[in-house]
Amino acid sequence: MLRVDIEKQLGEFSLHASFASEGRAIGLFGASGAGKTSLVNMIAGLLRPDRGTIVIDGETVDDTAAGIHVPAWRRRIGYVFQDARLFPHLNVAQNLDYGRRMNRLPPDPFQHKRIIDLLDIGALLDRRPGKLSGGERQRVALGRALLSKPRLLLLDEPLGALDEGRKLEILPYLVRLRDEANVPMVYVSHDGAELRQLATQIVLLKQGRVTSFGGVKVLT
Amino acid sequence: MSEISPAEWTAILLSLRVAIIATLVATPFGIALAWLLARRDFWGKSLLDAIVHLPLVLPPVVTGYLLLLTFGRRGLVGGFLADHLGIVFSFRWTGAALACGVMSFPLLVRPMRLSIEAIDRRLEQAAETLGAAPWKVFFTVTLPLALPGVLAGMVLGFAKAIGEFGATITFVSNIPGETQTISSAIYSLIQTPDGDAAAGRLVIVSIVLALGALIAAEWFARRATARLHGN
Repeated sequence: MLRVDIEKQLGEFSLHASFASEGRAIGLFGASGAGKTSLVNMIAGLLRPDRGTIVIDGETVDDTAAGIHVPAWRRRIGYVFQDARLFPHLNVAQNLDYGRRMNRLPPDPFQHKRIIDLLDIGALLDRRPGKLSGGERQRVALGRALLSKPRLLLLDEPLGALDEGRKLEILPYLVRLRDEANVPMVYVSHDGAELRQLATQIVLLKQGRVTSFGGVKVLT
Repeated sequence: MSEISPAEWTAILLSLRVAIIATLVATPFGIALAWLLARRDFWGKSLLDAIVHLPLVLPPVVTGYLLLLTFGRRGLVGGFLADHLGIVFSFRWTGAALACGVMSFPLLVRPMRLSIEAIDRRLEQAAETLGAAPWKVFFTVTLPLALPGVLAGMVLGFAKAIGEFGATITFVSNIPGETQTISSAIYSLIQTPDGDAAAGRLVIVSIVLALGALIAAEWFARRATARLHGN
């Protein structure tokens, strides 16, 4: 499903990560500054590796030796950022529809309804992002990413900006997502408890290197 | 003060036409340049920035003279345009529009550039991950979010264009009905005996137009802030 073998120099920091996974929910675990976000940005195509390859779902999206770099907008990935990044000039419904429009996908009312129900955002459709709570924003961001029909979902500390109460509010949605949405995901977090609930496989990142790889046991 | 005379109306309407055309033609170039200066790093960027601002600091008579040399009937560009496309600038209202466009360009570009710089680039990244090609990101995210700044730039540019005097009179002279704008009409009137009342009326028109434009620009700027905060 996902194969990564990359090197990247970012100022003083060097990232050298290699792993391959068929897991439905890959947990990328590490302290802040371990290189998690840079790694996810490379999988998304927002950052270019200095050397190496990235393969998503059998398609080589990066291969520096062969000069391959598929730009982010052609990768068909969904990316949920820590800070939601909803478009402030569009309402919730338009935000949700954005990926479908950009990818020129035909309307899919069935999936649309299913995801809106799954995330409980039906009541928010007419609102502007500025009028949403942190938790609501994150749920809309999830829906927006899913409705672009990605083949891989990247979640970079999606609960990082929320307080404990809000985290508990969103976690069940993420578990449902993993079990029902049928999209493999990479879930970035520095919170072991979160990953134990969500991830089926763990990549442990320490100072730019993969130090462990395996089941959730590696977290202990 | 009595009513506005037909001759004064002619000058006012001509000024409006010149300023509107100048602003509309300058806007796409202004947006492109604002984006380039806000978002791209390239060799000669500071020089380009300086050239754009040049009309703001050069004596307007110099800008007008340079326009005459370049776009006049015998100028390098002007000759070509006249012979091949039939577009003539010298001593025509189109020349006045060109002079006004060039002179107002720095003011038109500045708010556009600032509003593009203020847009969170991470929103553009988010759009990219959702499948938007770079040009689609520009038209669906960057431009809509910059729109209040774009409008503010247009309003300011328009206000500057309507008051332009030095470069216009140097380039296209002061021909009633063709190139005599409000400013050059006032200039003629105050050199004419008994022209004071007419000049006074046009002065009031100028102040009203300029003030209206500044208030409009301020309003658009406030809208821009509200828009960026998603309210």
